[in-house]
This record gives sequence, C-alpha cells and structure tokens, in this order.
Amino acid sequence: MSTRPPRNYFVQSFSRDVGMLSRVASSLYWMGRYLERAEHTARLVNVELQLWLDQSPEMGAGRWRFLLEALNAPAADGPVDPTKLVNTLVFSRSNASSIVSCIATARENLRHVREQCSTRMWEQLNRLYLDVMDMRPEDDWILKSHDFFHLITEGAYLFHGITDATMSHGEGWQFIQLGRYVERADTLTTLLETHFRRMTSDFEQPVEGAEYLEWVGLLRDCVAFEAYCKKHTAEIRPMRVAEFLILNPEFPHSVRFSVDRVNAALHLIGDLTQRAAKLPTRIAGRLRAQISYSQIEEIIREGVYAYLQNVRKDCTEIHSAINEIYFDYPVETEIAS
Amino acid sequence: MTATALSARLSLPPSFVNYQLDTAYDEMFGSPGVSREHYRALQQTLLKLAPEALRRSQQAADLAFLHEGITFTVYGSKEGTERIFPNDLLPRIIPAREWARIEKGLTQRLTALNLFLRDIYHEGRIVSDRVVPRDLIYSCKHFRREMRGLNVPRDIYVSICGTDLVRLPDGNFAVLEDNLRVPSGVSYMLANRKVLKRVFPTLFRDYGVWPVDHYPRVLLATLKSLAPDNCPFRHDPTTVLLTPGVSNSAYFEHTFLAQQMGIELVEGRDLLVHDNVVYMRTTSGLRRVDIIYRRVDDDFLDPLCFQPSSILGVPGLFNAYRAGNVSLANAIGTGVADDKAVYAFVPEIIRYYLNEDPILQNVPTFLMTEPAHRQHVLENLEKMVVKAVGESGGYGMLIGPHSTAKQREEFRARILAEPRNYIAQPTLALSSAPCLIDGAVESRHIDLRPYIVMGEKVTLVPGGLTRVALRKGSLVVNSSQGGGSKDTWVLREGERGGDLIDEVRQELDVLASELGPSAARTEKTS
Repeated sequence: MSTRPPRNYFVQSFSRDVGMLSRVASSLYWMGRYLERAEHTARLVNVELQLWLDQSPEMGAGRWRFLLEALNAPAADGPVDPTKLVNTLVFSRSNASSIVSCIATARENLRHVREQCSTRMWEQLNRLYLDVMDMRPEDDWILKSHDFFHLITEGAYLFHGITDATMSHGEGWQFIQLGRYVERADTLTTLLETHFRRMTSDFEQPVEGAEYLEWVGLLRDCVAFEAYCKKHTAEIRPMRVAEFLILNPEFPHSVRFSVDRVNAALHLIGDLTQRAAKLPTRIAGRLRAQISYSQIEEIIREGVYAYLQNVRKDCTEIHSAINEIYFDYPVETEIAS
Repeated sequence: MTATALSARLSLPPSFVNYQLDTAYDEMFGSPGVSREHYRALQQTLLKLAPEALRRSQQAADLAFLHEGITFTVYGSKEGTERIFPNDLLPRIIPAREWARIEKGLTQRLTALNLFLRDIYHEGRIVSDRVVPRDLIYSCKHFRREMRGLNVPRDIYVSICGTDLVRLPDGNFAVLEDNLRVPSGVSYMLANRKVLKRVFPTLFRDYGVWPVDHYPRVLLATLKSLAPDNCPFRHDPTTVLLTPGVSNSAYFEHTFLAQQMGIELVEGRDLLVHDNVVYMRTTSGLRRVDIIYRRVDDDFLDPLCFQPSSILGVPGLFNAYRAGNVSLANAIGTGVADDKAVYAFVPEIIRYYLNEDPILQNVPTFLMTEPAHRQHVLENLEKMVVKAVGESGGYGMLIGPHSTAKQREEFRARILAEPRNYIAQPTLALSSAPCLIDGAVESRHIDLRPYIVMGEKVTLVPGGLTRVALRKGSLVVNSSQGGGSKDTWVLREGERGGDLIDEVRQELDVLASELGPSAARTEKTS
C-alpha cells in the first residue's frame, strides 16, 4: 500500500477539538430556541389569564387579540373564545408554536444529539416532555392553569440550571445559549413592538387605572415587575418601563441583555471555530454597539416602534447568517480554501 | 399438569409458588426446591423481601429506564414508536468456572472466523481444500465481491461481535448464532447493571461480580488501533460512530456508546468524500475522519457501490476505504461468516485454521440444500425452527411447535422455492431462569449474548446481555418479539488470578496508547 499522503492531506489540519458537527450545532441551537419559545409563551398566556380575571369583558377581548399579535400568531377571525384560543396556544399539535409542540420539538432536537448533552439534561427535558404530554385540557382547565404554567417555566429553569452545572461550557453550550438568546431577543422585541404600538399614553407621566394594569402586565410578561420596582418603585412611567426593558444591561429579560449574550456567544464560537471575522459576529457586534450607546429619550423621539423594528430585523439577519456560516455552508468553498 | 410438576411446585417456597420446572435446564434450581450454590444468596434475599417491595423496585427501575430514555424502536407498529426495553430485576448468575469456558470457546471461535474471512476474501484456501463448499460461499447474500484482495487494517475483519449462546438441557452452552455484522444490545447490558446496582447494592457487593463498565474504553482502544497507515494523526485518529439516525431501533445505543467513548456520533449526511478522503462537516469547516465505527449495514453504506437508493450512507465511502484512507469496524462483507448455512461449517472452520477441537458446540443444523436434510425437515416441520439464512432479530422465522398449519405450508413452499435461503434446527429447550412477574418469581426461558471485542487480542467483557422471553412458555427472546433482558453477573472466584493480570496489562495498554505521540517518537529514535 502506498504511504504517499493523499493530495489534499494538508488542506485541513485541525487540532482535534476545533469545530463540532454542523448538524449537532444546529440541533442544539434550535433546541435552545424552542425551549425559550415555550417558556415565553407559557409566561404570556399565564399573565393574560391572570389579567383576564381583573378586567371587564370588552377590554378582555382587546387583550386577547393583543396576545395573539405579541406571539406572532395568526389573528383570530370574529369573536374570540378564550378557552379555545388558549387551547390552541398551549395544546394544539397542529400549531407548531404551541407550548406542547415547542417542547416536543426541543426534545426531538436534543434526542438527535443526545450524546452531546449530559444524561441529567436529557432526563430533565424528557421528563418535562412526558409531563406535558400527560396533560389533557378539561373544561375548567383554565382556572387551574397556574400549576401548569408553573410546571413549564420551572421545568425550563431546571433544564438550564442542569445544563450550566453539568455540561462543559464549550462550543455546544454556546450554541444552546445562542439559540436561547436569539429567540429571546426576537420574541421580546415582538412583544414590546406590539405593546408600544397599542399604548398611546404620555410617556413621561405615571399611569393609573386600567392602563396601569396593562403596563404591569407587560412587566410581568418579562418577569420584570419585581426587578423594576426595586429600581424605580411601583410607580409606573412608560418611559422608565421602556428604558428598563430595552436598555437595562443587567436584567435577563431586557433586549440589551439578550443582544449582549448573543454577541458574547457568537464571539466565543467565532474564536473556537476560527470564524470570528465572519458575518454573524459582525452584525451582532454592530447591533450591540448600537443598543449600548442608545438613550431612551432619543429612542422615544424617533419612535420606539421603529427602533424595535430595526432590532428585530438585525436578529433575523443574525439568524440567517448563523445558518449560512455554521450549519449549511456550501462544501465547494470549503474544499477550495 | 403432570405429577412431577405438581410435586415440584409444592416443594418450593411461597413466593416461588408459580415457578415451573420442565425439561429445560434451570439456572436456579438443580432439582425441585434445591437451588444451585451460586443462586442461594439471591434466593435468601428474595424470600426476605415482600412481594410489594419487589414490585416497587421493578416500578422504580422501569421509571428510570423511561426517564433516561433507554428505549428501542419497534418497526411497523403504529402507536408510539419508542418503547422501553423491558428489564427484569433478578440477575442471571454465571459462576467463574462456566464463564472461563465460555471465554475460551468464544475467543477460539472468533479467531477462526476472522481467519476464515481473510481467507475467503484472499486466496480462498478453505474452498480449494473443499472443507466448505465453494457455491455455499458465493451464494451468500452477504458475500461482497468488492472486498476481494482488499487488505483491511491489522487483518481484523470483526472488531465487535455479539454471539448468541443458549444452554442446552445437559447444562452445556452451545452457540446459536454468530453476529458479526452490527451486533447491538451492549448498552442494555450497561444500563441493566446500573439499575441493578441501585436496587440490590449489598447483594451485588457480597456476590463479588466482575464489573462491565470498562466496555466503552476497551472498544475505543480497539477502534483506535485500526487507524489507517496514512492517517495524519496516528496517535489521535478521528474516530466517529456512524448511525442510520434517530429512527433506527438501536439509536439509543448509538448515542450512548458515542457519549461513553467521547467520539462524534455522525449520520451519513454529516460525511462527504473528496479525493478518496472522508470528511465531516463541522462548524469550523471540514474535518478528516480516520476510523468509522459503523452501525449501518453493508447494503446502505455507499450508494455508489451498494444499494443505490440508500440515503443513510456516504457516496464514495467504499473507494476511500479501498484507498486505505479510512477504516471501518466491522469490515464490509463479514456477514458471509454469520450466514446461518455457513454456521453449520464453523466447527470444521475452527479445526481447519486452528487445528483444535471446538470448545463450544454448535446446535445441530439442517441444510435445505442437502436433499436428505430437506426431506427430514419437511416431514417434521412442526418440531423444527426454520430460519432465513441472512436475517436476524427474530424476523423471518418459523417456530414449528407454535406454528399454524397455514404458516407451515407457507414455509414449505418457500423452502422448496429457495432451499439455499433456509436452514432448520430442532426446537431447543432454552434454559430457564427466575424472573419477577407481578411481584412473584416465575421461570422464563433465556439466552446469553456476550460481547467480544477483537483488537490485537480478543477481549470479552465478563457479562453480557441475558435476553428473556417474557411471555410464558415462549422461546423467542428478541426485543422486537416481546422479549426483555436482565443483568448478567459473572462471579469472581479464586481461580481468576490470571485474568486479573490481563486486566492490569490492559490498563497499561490503554495508558500506552494515551501516551501515543511520545511512545511513537521513542520508537523512531531508537
């Protein structure tokens, strides 16, 4: 047998630890996204159901439409039947974004890459999946729904805790974080966009009455009520809420925080895979710089809605760039390089 | 019920009241009510435990399997494709003396089969010498002409083997089937052990059981020893496990082994071949692959060479293999040696290459190509087990005593149409062992699949998968046909000193292979 090395012997001489399988990276990324989506939807629906108890029926109908819009779900025709609507958002398997579908898809993604995660991670997500699949909507389901949503958010927190504690914080872990925070930045901006387009209150003044409930609802949607009160007391001023949810660098459910995490994950992945100079890192870096130098007065002057729309556009671009550089690159360019 | 069976029942302790002894060898009871020495401690423990406690333990174990997702996929069933592999809590115990014989017998058998494979893909001495008929080899479904004259690394064709053994009524073990292609089940062996250690910790410790947990390490070292000669990083070759994907029945096992060995689990779509070199697609570009532990059948490995419709394989893989740029474990074409008709010749094969008498016996096998055999079988179909030669997993079988007249007619027609495709064996009374059925102890039929890894030397992990026919009276142990499994305990005894030295040597081997680069350098300078 000839010992002459094949022609392209030296083309790709990597150290062993560099780069993970593209398919695996993509599964971890999507798992992160779907689980975040499930948690987000669970939070929004739960807050909505709580508000529903406090509100007059006319106002309630408006809120339901808002919920659909905030979740980027297809709008309902005609009068809204809350029970049916909640069932679609929570249980429907034909709705790919329902909580149950998201958890099933997250689990399916992890199942495809089980050897990449720790056994405890798999057990936790599998258990969450089995618990959720066991649930069957009954007639008075909505009144007892609190426990259900609690189960989902707790299950997701526990999964992320186990992930942090038992998985190496290497490339795979970074892809999970990347998926999680790309999804959070995306869902968060959609929610804020919908809210700020709807509310026409004076941004400087404290709000009261029914409006107060709406703003508190928004904070609760982002698990931000307590954190907000700590910083600004329970007096709700829309401008402060906007600043807190968009620009706060320390609060995990702010746009700024999510973009920071996306950026950090992309930089680390870029360094690990020797692709730091590529497109996704550049877009994320630009977005991060933009948000970190933004001021709320300026944003409000130029329109919160337009500002958020730009952020969301960048998120979409980051997503396609990740796909193009890490998951689904053309083989020809790699072999030629 | 016969009088003897009745008296057997009466002399058994209360939780064993449904324990039936028949003509088969029983692993636990030498005679009614008297357990064999190595089962005595287990029996004591069982008598002390309340049925309720046993039932609870079984539930806890089942739940552990479900939560860890230790499942397998059943083909062709509609409801949920994932199922847990039923696990029976009572261990199957093999004394050291019996194991030593199994170990020696399987080492002998695998060594001979490997020489056989090298021979038939090169000079073919064994057919020239008319020990095995030429047309038997060339009519094998799994014979790969493409392998003729190809030198595989270290001349090892079968790196991983899972041989099915059964215990005959006289107490001797016999080989029922050699699985030389892609044997599965080893992950259940490891999972069963993990669960049993949780359920019976003290019993386990007191028994002195050989550990099996080092299997992945042994396997990895063996795979790495197959590195191709022109591999860029000889000391640290890139090893991957190629799986058909998530819908394969053994997918759990693939993920489990990849994880335990710390190697990449890849699917066909992750790999590509360029200039006869195999690459995988990673986030940092293409990375060269040196060794593939493939869990994909020959037919589906390379659509350019074998089954053209396969989407599980990698186009061009076979050429890369032929060029010596990638190693496969097991090699392509090993199925010719586990063909059920070739099986009948294995004792001759052992004598031919090793000049030794086989240590483990074969089960009597009738070849349908022999007119006399065929006639005998067709006249006695209701007493026979008929098997298709190239199938495995309990598919394509007729079990005479449990068959209907219609099924027998169907097989008769099939045998007459394609005699080369079938063999028959007398229905065997598989040995029986105690199993936990609804909180009571009952006997069920079992077999044993030890796992053999062949590198420079042959290694058996002391243990294996004991498969159980959970349906009362059933003789079919395959997971796809309602079988389960139980942990297998191989006992340490005084005489095992020699093996301990082997263990130490193995540790040193692993250490040496981990120190590879410096060791290689020393070799060069000296």
